[in-house]
Amino acid sequence: MSIRERLSGNEAIATAMRQVNPDVFAMFPITPSTEIPQYYAQYVADGRVDTEFITVESEHSSLSACLGAEAAGARAVTATSSAGLSYMNEVLYVAGSLRLPVVMAVACRALTGPININHDYSDSMAERDSGFIQIYAENNQEAYDNFLQAHRIAEHPDVRLPLMVCEDGFITSHAIENIELEEDDAVKAFVGEYHPEHYLLKKENPLAVGPYGVSGYYMEARVAQAQAMKNAKAVILDVAADFEKTFGRKYGFFEAYKMEDAEVAMLIMGSCAGTARAAVDELRSKGVKAGVIKLRVFRPFPGEELAAVLSHCKAVAVMDKSEGFSACGGPLFAETAGALFNSKERPLMIDVVFGLGGRDFTVTAAKSVFDRLVWIAENGVVDELYTHMGQRE
Amino acid sequence: MNDMIEIRWHGRGGQGAKTASQLLADAAFMAGKYVQSFPEYGPERSGAPITAYNRISAERCSVHSNIYEPDYVAVVDETLLESVDVCSGIKEGGAVIINSSKSPEELRPQLRGYTGRVCTIDAREISLRNLGAYFPNTPMLAAVVAVSECVEREQFLADMEGSYRHKFAKKPQVVEGNLKCLREAMSEVQG
Amino acid sequence: MKKAAEINEQIPWQEMTVGCEIYEPGTSELTKTGEWRSRKPVWDKDKCKQCVLCAPFCPDASIPVKDGRRADFDYDHCKGCGICIKACPFDAIKWEDEE
Repeated sequence: MSIRERLSGNEAIATAMRQVNPDVFAMFPITPSTEIPQYYAQYVADGRVDTEFITVESEHSSLSACLGAEAAGARAVTATSSAGLSYMNEVLYVAGSLRLPVVMAVACRALTGPININHDYSDSMAERDSGFIQIYAENNQEAYDNFLQAHRIAEHPDVRLPLMVCEDGFITSHAIENIELEEDDAVKAFVGEYHPEHYLLKKENPLAVGPYGVSGYYMEARVAQAQAMKNAKAVILDVAADFEKTFGRKYGFFEAYKMEDAEVAMLIMGSCAGTARAAVDELRSKGVKAGVIKLRVFRPFPGEELAAVLSHCKAVAVMDKSEGFSACGGPLFAETAGALFNSKERPLMIDVVFGLGGRDFTVTAAKSVFDRLVWIAENGVVDELYTHMGQRE
Repeated sequence: MNDMIEIRWHGRGGQGAKTASQLLADAAFMAGKYVQSFPEYGPERSGAPITAYNRISAERCSVHSNIYEPDYVAVVDETLLESVDVCSGIKEGGAVIINSSKSPEELRPQLRGYTGRVCTIDAREISLRNLGAYFPNTPMLAAVVAVSECVEREQFLADMEGSYRHKFAKKPQVVEGNLKCLREAMSEVQG
Repeated sequence: MKKAAEINEQIPWQEMTVGCEIYEPGTSELTKTGEWRSRKPVWDKDKCKQCVLCAPFCPDASIPVKDGRRADFDYDHCKGCGICIKACPFDAIKWEDEE
């Protein structure tokens, strides 16, 4: 039986962590993810978990400690945001290439500068090539559910990759909303225990981790890692199917809302998706065939699946909540456009960079994007490919 | 979603406007509603104006923007009336609820032309009278419930009593004072 | 389980171990670092007093010691660094060019 509760995104993730009861939690605080280890420290103090809770001196060290623990055969977790994630950068790539399935919660926050503590995806998007699986949540419920699925995806023998469970800083991390929690026993049964085949503390079978890879090996190692990320797609769907069977909530690579006959559509991530759906509801009542796709899994990128659902649209806006400074669009736009390039049918597409550093995204703002899309669809031409929205002009 | 009530809280860092919005969410949650309670964060400076929000409805609300056209506005510190346009966007039929010893008529000239319903509650006096210290949140919470009717009164009082008995299990003597704060605020709110 | 001896620069990527892990100890023996040598140390048994000072200085464990006495170099792994030549107090190790 699900438990009716009301929790912030951070407490929801901390609760999921408590139920998983990992062997190691290495922490270093940074706003807005700090509450996750803060709640967890209380669980440790209250004896509700038997996790080795390590307070370290930096994020570089927290992830390094997790890698050591994972290599030793333990299940390790951490949490961070913004500059903390950037400071892990070097170690993120090590985690991916060592194929150590650390699970990390990221309360996504802008990167400096100017200095800002609020939400956008500057931090997680900057690490999109690090080899981490990235799963994004619209609200506390999804952050919780994604965390419950995380270990099974990351630790699957076909995958063995580290994974980020991303929630929107403050908007999700600090907002209290209703949530359905699952019973501890049910979660433990779903997540299962971690029994890696090889690990450093297996004394009958010595192991060397992280060897030097000269040119004769590096390419092969990277191709194998790329294949693991491709394999993750099937595993993500399998775990989601089992999650739905067990707990009744459905997940996939993305959630398509009123897309069957949509002529204009928006591709968006995280907490703004619900705001966009509210705009779609209003527009549909006026006869506009609008739809929304909320992208849940950014790594691996579900390019073929997105192309299939977007190809019949006339005009699509890709909503980028990070500025890639490419001078021709944000990262989500680049990848979505790439995914559609070989489609026989494809929509006209625009990139809208919005919501940086906590700039609010309203139903009115979403409707204004759809207005643009309707114009583009009617005129068969893109007014401007790459624009910013919400800034003072 | 027509039944949804949106509330905006204005306070100063450290006064507990965020906590008040969480308490209201708790009360509505206990009454079986779907809730949102979220602060608008800036630099965490004690005394700086801060805003917090509530959405309360019968179905899960998926909109995650700030609230620009609230049904009700709660002002925890009346000195904010000078610097913040607290009544901005209040819907027709809504109200502003201000923590003040003044009457609604005395405060109206400070409300920048706002013509809607104004309510006041002397949260300081009620708190000092019942708790011996200044905790504005409890009377403010009750005043907002009384004015907005976002939760049914008797259920609200019963739920809060249960919540206080749990929260103050080791200090049962403070339960009655808090409950009196709630009841008196509900009857003493003006406007 | 993949043996270290089966991992080499001829195998396809599908046959690499996950994360390039190696599942045995002491696999450095498999790499014939002696091929890196441009000059080699040569042991003069007659001059050697078996003080065995050379052996602990060797960074590659290429001077085998048994029952307190050294034997000839392990040229499969000696990289020709020459530290043993400096360490020998009796001039019993000399450089020779590789052919």
